Amino acid sequence: MLLVAPQIVITLVFFIWPASQALYQSVLLEDPFGLSRKLVWLDNFTGLFSDPIYLESFGRTIVFSVATTSLSLGIALLLAAMADRIIKGTTAYRTLVIWPYAVAPAVAGVLWFFMFNPSIGVLAYCLKAVGYDWNHYLDGTDAMVLIILAASWKQVSYNFLFFLAGLQAIPRSLIEAAAIDGAGPLKRFRTIVFPLLSPTTFFLLVVNIVYAFFDTFGIVHATTTGGPAQATTILVYKVFSDGFIGLDLGGSAAQSVVLMVVVIGLTVVQFRYIERKVAY
Amino acid sequence: MAGLEFIGVRKTYPNGFRAIHGVDTSVADGAFIVIVGPSGCGKSTLLRMVAGLETVTEGEIRIGGRPVNALEPADRNIAMVFQNYALYPHMSVFDNMAYGLRNRRTPRDEIERRVADASRILQLDGMLDRRPSQLSGGQRQRVAMGRAIVREPEVFLFDEPLSNLDAKLRVQMRLEIKRLQRDLGTTSLYVTHDQVEAMTLADRLIVMNAGVAEQIGSPLDVYAEPATVFVAGFIGSPAMNFLAGTPVPDGPGVVLDGSAQALPFPLPSSAPRGKVTVGIRPEHLEPVSRDAATLELAVDLVEALGADSLVHGQLAGDGQGPAVTVRVDGALRVAAGETLPLALAPERVHFFDAGNGRRLV
Repeated sequence: MLLVAPQIVITLVFFIWPASQALYQSVLLEDPFGLSRKLVWLDNFTGLFSDPIYLESFGRTIVFSVATTSLSLGIALLLAAMADRIIKGTTAYRTLVIWPYAVAPAVAGVLWFFMFNPSIGVLAYCLKAVGYDWNHYLDGTDAMVLIILAASWKQVSYNFLFFLAGLQAIPRSLIEAAAIDGAGPLKRFRTIVFPLLSPTTFFLLVVNIVYAFFDTFGIVHATTTGGPAQATTILVYKVFSDGFIGLDLGGSAAQSVVLMVVVIGLTVVQFRYIERKVAY
Repeated sequence: MAGLEFIGVRKTYPNGFRAIHGVDTSVADGAFIVIVGPSGCGKSTLLRMVAGLETVTEGEIRIGGRPVNALEPADRNIAMVFQNYALYPHMSVFDNMAYGLRNRRTPRDEIERRVADASRILQLDGMLDRRPSQLSGGQRQRVAMGRAIVREPEVFLFDEPLSNLDAKLRVQMRLEIKRLQRDLGTTSLYVTHDQVEAMTLADRLIVMNAGVAEQIGSPLDVYAEPATVFVAGFIGSPAMNFLAGTPVPDGPGVVLDGSAQALPFPLPSSAPRGKVTVGIRPEHLEPVSRDAATLELAVDLVEALGADSLVHGQLAGDGQGPAVTVRVDGALRVAAGETLPLALAPERVHFFDAGNGRRLV
């Protein structure tokens, strides 16, 4: 008990307390200054789910998190598979790939924001040269692509590290045995390497989905601020903008509760149903 | 079925390290060849070159007369049993054995027949649905062999397959491998650092040291007439005793350095004028009565093994004589501090050039 005490204290202060505060506020209707409050039970929640803007934000979040997770996992796996093969300059290569993880989300956002800036961005310029008129200020899809790229880019480093460790934990002799057994490189990857990586992949899947849901606020805030026309207002950003900009404290708290339930639900589902299949 | 040929095979790693300095030998179809040597002698490298897991720097390897240097491992028609078994942990025993056949698009009923045959031979029936993690070490070893057998290859390659097993299982599996190879009649190349495995399994033995095949021959020939000091010391347990000696200037015999004792045996005709190394196996020294003795041992320590005992000591002489081990009958009572008179037959003594370590003939 004494040994886990610090952990319990941290959980209480940084999770249980704010979470219960959110739960409590989600059933209140408050004025922006916190001077008067009224218990409204589940009105905030029913309000949310009858609000088309909120439901759209839900859909966008799903698109965003699926795209971010699959993009960052896919690229990281590709990079790790290549890094696993190179012999010279491994350390330099790894160090370079790992760097983006040390960049703060907001800075990552700004970086991509500049590169894609319609007036001065190098990538926007290139796109224009091949005939695509990029403008994330006006085009909702462009804006969504921008935050997906920025969010995935940052996460690739983290996924890369785990994938590389996972790949290197696979005994070389298994690959050799498969080669003798007549499996070509792609088949080896599909039938041997990928199944053996599945515990790593599963772990990263959970981490990346939670990341896409919760930790991407800084990227959105620094690049698109949810626009244009709410096109990049994902759930976590909407919590902020409704609460701190719109000063709808009850509604914002209700959104946090929904977000919390969604992530807890996803994690439970993943552990209950998927983890069983990846154990070997 | 196919023979195996090595023609001037060399291996140099990109960093300049020369792992194999040229191996030339050929192996008849159906033979069991064992490559034996200490760690880092290049024996695994040679095996992996046959498998196609390492490139051949120079020379040629032929399987059944067909050069395989440029072929992928999959196209060489070989099967390999790895030291750590290398079973696919996420597949059942059946799938492990069937994997190589499926990759070669073998018909389903053929796969099932071959796996059933192999699992019957290896006593794996009833375990085909299990995962490797649910098997014991010996069973995993059998699955690894089953995976090789079902392929019906031209050559089996074994890379120290028994070194992860406990002593008792190792003896049992050694017998099984020998029996299996005899029944299947498939050419086999087996790498080990264990000289007992090497002696018992091999039809033909390749003793390697530092990238050089020091001697190639039948196990008993290698034991009886080791070509170099290295081979003599490596094959046989306990190891051969080596004694530095100086030929008696005129007349037959060698004076053993560090003791006043001499061996009154004629040296081979090619003997140099200088120093020689005298090799005597512990099992060839016989305790005799004092007046029939050739040598005398000051006993230092006795290891009783039951059937026989190992007697360690120094050749008696003026001061600290050279250390010698003798293997005697377990019934013989010897104690530390005693002197043991010993005799040996002249044909049991090996003479080597002290300079280059080669056998004198």
